[in-house]
Amino acid sequence: MTAPQLPFDPYNLIITGVGGQGNVLASRLMGRMLVAQDYCVTIGETFGASQRGGSVMSHLRISTQSAWSPQIPHGGAHMVIALEPSEAFRVLSVYGNPEVQVIWNTRPTYPVSVITGQAVYPGREEIFRELTELTAKHWPLEATDQAQTMGNPIFSNIMMVGALSAVSDLPLGLEIFENVISEMMPPAKVPINLEAFSWGREALA
Amino acid sequence: MSIVSTGAKGETALLMGNDAIARGALEAGVRVIAGYPGTPSSEIIQTLAGVASDHGLYVEWSANEKVGLEVAAAGSFAQLRSMAVMKQVGVNVASDFLLHLAECGTRAGLVLLTCEDPGGLSSTNEGDSRHYAKMMEFPLVEPGNFQEAKDMAAWSFELSEKVRNVVMFRSVTRMSHASGNVVLGELSSSLMAPGSSKARFQFDGDFMDQMRGPVVTFPGMVDAMHRRQLEKLALAREIFETSPFNIYTGPDRPELLVITSSAAYLYTEEAIALLGLEERVGLLKLGTTWPLPPRLLSKHLKASGNIFIIEEGMPFLEDNVKALWTELGPDSGSKQFFGRKDGPLPPTNELNPDLVAGGLASILGLPDPWTDQAYSERAVEIAKTHAPFRAMTFCPGCPHRASYWLINSALKQDNRHGFVCGDIGCYTMGAISCGFNTLKTSHAMGSGTGLASGFGKLNRFGFDQPVMAVSGDSTFFHAVMPALVNAVHNQADIILVVVDNSGTAMTGFQPHPGTVSDAGGGALPALDIARICQAMDIDVAIADPFEMASTEKVLLELLDNQGGVRVLILRQACALSPEKKGKRLFDMTVDEASCLAEDCGCNRLCTRIFGCPGLIWDPEAKRTRIDEVICVGCGVCASICPTGAISKKEVA
Repeated sequence: MTAPQLPFDPYNLIITGVGGQGNVLASRLMGRMLVAQDYCVTIGETFGASQRGGSVMSHLRISTQSAWSPQIPHGGAHMVIALEPSEAFRVLSVYGNPEVQVIWNTRPTYPVSVITGQAVYPGREEIFRELTELTAKHWPLEATDQAQTMGNPIFSNIMMVGALSAVSDLPLGLEIFENVISEMMPPAKVPINLEAFSWGREALA
Repeated sequence: MSIVSTGAKGETALLMGNDAIARGALEAGVRVIAGYPGTPSSEIIQTLAGVASDHGLYVEWSANEKVGLEVAAAGSFAQLRSMAVMKQVGVNVASDFLLHLAECGTRAGLVLLTCEDPGGLSSTNEGDSRHYAKMMEFPLVEPGNFQEAKDMAAWSFELSEKVRNVVMFRSVTRMSHASGNVVLGELSSSLMAPGSSKARFQFDGDFMDQMRGPVVTFPGMVDAMHRRQLEKLALAREIFETSPFNIYTGPDRPELLVITSSAAYLYTEEAIALLGLEERVGLLKLGTTWPLPPRLLSKHLKASGNIFIIEEGMPFLEDNVKALWTELGPDSGSKQFFGRKDGPLPPTNELNPDLVAGGLASILGLPDPWTDQAYSERAVEIAKTHAPFRAMTFCPGCPHRASYWLINSALKQDNRHGFVCGDIGCYTMGAISCGFNTLKTSHAMGSGTGLASGFGKLNRFGFDQPVMAVSGDSTFFHAVMPALVNAVHNQADIILVVVDNSGTAMTGFQPHPGTVSDAGGGALPALDIARICQAMDIDVAIADPFEMASTEKVLLELLDNQGGVRVLILRQACALSPEKKGKRLFDMTVDEASCLAEDCGCNRLCTRIFGCPGLIWDPEAKRTRIDEVICVGCGVCASICPTGAISKKEVA
C-alpha cells in the first residue's frame, strides 16, 4: 500500500522548544499518526543531559518511500512548530529558507541569560515582524495561555499539533489523532487531549 | 504495554532505535538484561524492564557497568541469552572483566550493547568503544538504520553462539534516539536458549571445554585460550564475508567508493541524493566492522582508486581499511584514501548530511550543495538578537541549586581557597554558572572522591586548602565507595557531600542500590548510604538543602572540624522524581514594595545571582516576578531573599 503523495518528499518538519515542553511527545504522536497511514517517518531527536533547561528540537522526515537521515540538511525545513517563540529563530538560522512556514506559541520561556540581564528577549511585535521577513507564512497561537485555562501548560504541545493539522497538507485529522492518542495515553486523559487538539485545529481553521 | 512486546510479526511500527534494539533482543529470546543508565542507552533496559514480567525476563539496573556485564555473563554461562547495556564510558568501566570474558568465551548468546555519543550531546567526551573489539579480539557490529537496529540486535545473539564469544553491538545517539519505520519479526517463544531446558551452569568438563568446563582464565592456559579466541575471530571474519548487513549500492566501477557504517550511512545516502551522485559514487555500507571481511573489501577496493571512509567517531574503520589494503598487496591497486584524518571531514564531532555532502563535493571538485546565502546570513543575523543564548541550568525546584548555593557560600565564608571536586550526574553542572561555578574538577564516575583523597594527603607539601567532593546517590554506589575507602584508610582530610536526590536523575530517574525498587518497579531492599559510611567509621551528618539556615551551619562546622573524612548527606528528592513531579508545595509571591531589585545583594540577588528559571525580571517595573508556568513552588528563593520580599504559602 502506498500513502498519498505529499507536497514535498521528504516533507521536513521541525518541532522546537525548551526541555519539558513536550517536544518528544508531539513528535512521536505525529510520527505514529503518519506511520498508521503508511508513511515512512524518520525522527531525529536530542534529549538527555544537554536538555536541562536548554533548547530541544525534533526533526521529522515524512516520505511515501523511504527512511531519511535523522538530521534535516541546512535550509531544508518546510514547516517549523515553535513551542517557544525565540526558538523559532534559532531553528530558522540553520534550517530556514524563504518558503518555510512557522506556527509559534506566543508564550516565552526566558533563558537564564535574559533573567540575569546578559541578554534581552525580543518583544512580541519584533518577533512577529522578523518572522514575517523570514517565512512565507506564520501563525502565532496563544497556546500556553489557553492550556493554563485548561489546567496545565503542557497541553500547548497538543494544541500546536492541532493547529498544524489545520494549515498543512499533512493528513493529521481528528480521527487519526484520537486513535493514536488513545494508544499513547490512559483513557482518563484522552478527552482533555482531544479538547486541546480541537482548540488548536479550530484556532487556525 | 509497549508495542515492543505486543506488536505482531509483519506489523510496521514507528520505533526509536533503542526500542528497535529491545524488540530485536526479545525476538532473539533474551532472558537476562543488566546495565547502568547512561544517555543515549537507558531506554533499552527501561523498555525491557517494562515487559519483564510478561516475558519472564530478569532485568537489572546494576551498581555499575562492570557488574552489569558480569551479571549478563552469568546468564550466558547458565545457558540463557543475555545482554549488557551501557553508554561508551561504561565500556571503560566494564573493560577489565571484558578482557577476561573475551579470552575464555561465552555459552548462550551474549551481547554487549554500547550506545555512544559522537559530539558529546549528552556526554563529557567522544569516547569510541569500537577499539575494544579490536584490542580484545571479539566481533563488532553496527546497524545502519532502524530496521537493522532490530534485525542486527536479534542476529547478534546467533552470531555470539556461533563464535562462542561476546559480540559488541554499537549504536550512536542518532540511531538510539532517532526513530523510524520497523517491520516487526516474531517474538521468541523459547524460554531458554536452544538446547537447554532450564538455567544451569555446568562445570564438570575440563578447563578447555568451553561448554562444560569451569570458565576460568589462568596463567598456564593463556596461549591455548588466546589461540582459540583468534580462531573464533577468524570464524566471525568468514561469516561476515557473506553477511546481508554489508550492502553495496552504486555503479560497478565508481569514481569514488564510500565505505561507511552506522548513522553515517543515512547521512551518506542523503548527501549522495542531494548532490545527484548516484551514477558516480559507490556506497559500501558495512554492518560488521570488526574483524573486516577481506574478500568482500578486496572486491570493492579493486573497483575504485578513490576511497572515502565516512564513520561516526574516531577513524577506526578508516585505519582498519587502510591496514587491510596493505595486507591485500599490490593486486588491489594504488589508492587515494579520504576520511576524517585529512580534511574532507572534520576530525571531531558528530557528522550530518551537510558535512558529508561537503566532503563529497570537495573530493569530486563540485560546488557546495545549493543554499540561499542571502537568506541564511539574514536569518543568522536576526537569531543573534532574537534567540538569546539558552544555557543548561538546573530545573526549577532542583535541590542541587540550593546545595551549591550553600556549599559555595560556606567556602566563601571559610575563606581559605577551599574547592570542590565534582562527579558525574546533573550535579556536574555545579561547574557552570547555574551551580555558581563551585566545582573545580570533573572527570569520570567516582573521580571526585578519588581526586579529593589525593588532594587531602598533600598537607606535608604545605597544601592548606579545604578539600571537598560531591557525589550523587547513584554515583556513590557506582564508583565512589572504593575512593571513599581509600580516603578513610589513608586518613585523607576531606569532606564528601552526597547530594542525595533519591534516584539516577540525569538519565530518567532509574532506581539504584539505595532505592527501594527494581528496574520494573518491584520491591527491593535499599542500602543506606549513611550506615555504609558509619561502618567505615566516618562521622556522618544529614541535612536538607531546602532548610538553608540550619544546613549552612552544618557545612561551616564541618569545615571547622579538620582531620579525616567527613560526610554530609544533603537529602532532597529530584524535582522531576515521580513523587514530586507536577506537585506544587508552595505558592510563591513577590512583594513589590519590599523587593530591593537593583539595590539587592550587589544588584538583583535572586534573578541575577541565584538564577532559578522560575524567577524572572520585569525590566519595565524593575521588579522580580514569579513565572507561574515555570515555578514549581519549592520555596528556596524565599530563604535567599534578604528582605523577605519573596514569600511562600503552603498549597492547600
